[in-house]
Amino acid sequence: MTALLTRDLALAIRAGGGFGLGLAFFLIVTVMVPFAVGPVPELLARIAPGVLWLGALLACLLSLDRLLALDWEDGTLDLLATSPLPLEAALSIKALAHWITTGLPLVLISPVLGVLMNLPGPGFVWLVVSLALGTPALSVIGTFGAALTVGVKRGGLLMSLLVLPLYVPTLIFGAEVARRGAQGMDPTTPLLMLAGITAGVVALMPLASAAALRVNLR
Amino acid sequence: MTLTIRDLCVARGGLPVLEGVSFSLEHGQALILRGPNGSGKTTLLRTLAGLQPPLSGAITGAQDRIAYAAHSDGLKAMLSVTENLRFWAAVFGQRDITPAVESFALAPLQDRLAGTLSAGQKRRLGLARLLVTGRPIWVLDEPTVSLDREAVAMFAQAVRAHLASGGSALIATHIDLGLEAATLDVARHRATSQTRAGATDEAFL
Amino acid sequence: MSMSNETAAPKRPSGFWSYANPVKFLGLTERVLPALWLLSGLSLVVGLIWGFFFTPDDFRQGSTVKIIYLHVPSALMAINAWFMMLVASLIWLIRRHHVSVLAAKAAAPVGVAMTLIALFTGAVWGQPMWGTWWAWDPRLTSFLILFLFYLGYMALWAAIEDPDTAADLTSVLCLVGSVFAVLSRYAVNFWNQGLHQGASLSLDKEENVADVFYFPLLVCIAGFVLLFFALVLYRTGTEIRLRRARALLAREARA
Repeated sequence: MTALLTRDLALAIRAGGGFGLGLAFFLIVTVMVPFAVGPVPELLARIAPGVLWLGALLACLLSLDRLLALDWEDGTLDLLATSPLPLEAALSIKALAHWITTGLPLVLISPVLGVLMNLPGPGFVWLVVSLALGTPALSVIGTFGAALTVGVKRGGLLMSLLVLPLYVPTLIFGAEVARRGAQGMDPTTPLLMLAGITAGVVALMPLASAAALRVNLR
Repeated sequence: MTLTIRDLCVARGGLPVLEGVSFSLEHGQALILRGPNGSGKTTLLRTLAGLQPPLSGAITGAQDRIAYAAHSDGLKAMLSVTENLRFWAAVFGQRDITPAVESFALAPLQDRLAGTLSAGQKRRLGLARLLVTGRPIWVLDEPTVSLDREAVAMFAQAVRAHLASGGSALIATHIDLGLEAATLDVARHRATSQTRAGATDEAFL
Repeated sequence: MSMSNETAAPKRPSGFWSYANPVKFLGLTERVLPALWLLSGLSLVVGLIWGFFFTPDDFRQGSTVKIIYLHVPSALMAINAWFMMLVASLIWLIRRHHVSVLAAKAAAPVGVAMTLIALFTGAVWGQPMWGTWWAWDPRLTSFLILFLFYLGYMALWAAIEDPDTAADLTSVLCLVGSVFAVLSRYAVNFWNQGLHQGASLSLDKEENVADVFYFPLLVCIAGFVLLFFALVLYRTGTEIRLRRARALLAREARA
């Protein structure tokens, strides 16, 4: 299992675009927002948590179609399915690798973008906490979308259509934590909900992803 | 434990392609599958590898004992030859990759990225992967594609060594590998329009 | 997936499950459909005319309240259609009956239509009442999300060529989607308290709509339910015929 993780990480680093692309996209989206809504500091401060969460979500979505497609094309998935490693575990590992290469860098860079968006002082901690807690769910749910559409040629758009509605609860609770934090309110309730969703999704979603992938490998 | 196939019927795209396939494969034995393109060799091999369920019939002795190799080798262009082999060895719980490297003369290529190899060299690497799985039954789908004569001999030698050490092999191929092996012509088992084995289209007929 | 070895000599199921045989199902629908069309048309005509012309105007909402006769039944069916798809998908995954999953496939566009009717009539109703065509009210938002789920489900069916692969994948999606639809409902409730009035109908509440509105509404709901069944049975029949034609052609091609 470690072998699969280190391989995926090595590939992400060497093939380029693994770490960098998602981050750059996150940056660009955030930079575009003031151009679109105007450079009013109060307005930016109000919408900062939501914009940063949406940017992270889209950056995550962007890299999903590469998550399984490459392994599908070169036959790795066939061989993994015949290996002693359960497909559920393999997909969990791949989701983890996806999170390390996209989710984690987004979490780390988000305070900087918070400054750009004039995020109020108390919001920074909660923005980082909510992203750290929520982005793993995005990766795991995204893996399910990738497993469903891996057999479809140019399935990227279809996958977005399938995955985005599944992101709704995570987005709502995640952004709510960041928003309440930024407004100096108590974010405990949405934080617990977000943690619950992430825990549930990490535990159960790989079963559905593996089932979908098995169907596609048939 | 021998691999035993009894009265197997396999389907592709919801249509039965082969029916009544029966054979068994003992330790040290090889079986060559023959048949024209589209006759169902690949489907049969994928079914044995556990990638798809059979329509009917029984497969015993295949669970967790099959090393499967098909047209695509599961190689990563951005990893070196050694890294590719080490990865598959680790997935199958093995450590030693030297026999694999030696059998397919990969030593001079060890540090090259797999993406820079020629088609034949990639194929050799893909076949070397079989050795690092440590599994007794090799299920091979057209293993000699893009291999030159020398490499084919290398491959035949690897199969012989595998058989000699008590393994077995099931190989779909068009060329003569010079192995002491029985041949199964799948064309004789072609499913007809009358086949009824529970294929998904039958409910609609 | 579980395709067992005993399929060589298929058992003949009796009773309810015997209609899982597509051909037998077609025979049934052909007998039932005319009556269903007739009944649904009848109850819709009676319910809507009764509701629109023979009920008093509401003292607060005026005559706009009458859109309830389209809004409530369509909203009800929008949710129940998804629920029916969930059950049908489960039956497919467990018992592998083709009719079941084809019925789920057939129900999706009907469900979309119901969702759109509910959203549209809601907007028409909301405009004079709340002064806006659209508000990010939890109920409205939930229906919008439901609409997206329907779209995803149908898009997945359309994208995959092999019918059995498509059936399995869409069923898994339907299952997972149902869980997330419920989660979204709670999330959306948490996210915004709404403008929407309470449920118009419920069994355990005292304040239902008054009887004069209630009875024609029940007739309309019956009409929508019957219409839904008629449409789904009809569309399932079409799907079965398509698959049958496909199966016959494929067997022909090989003979």
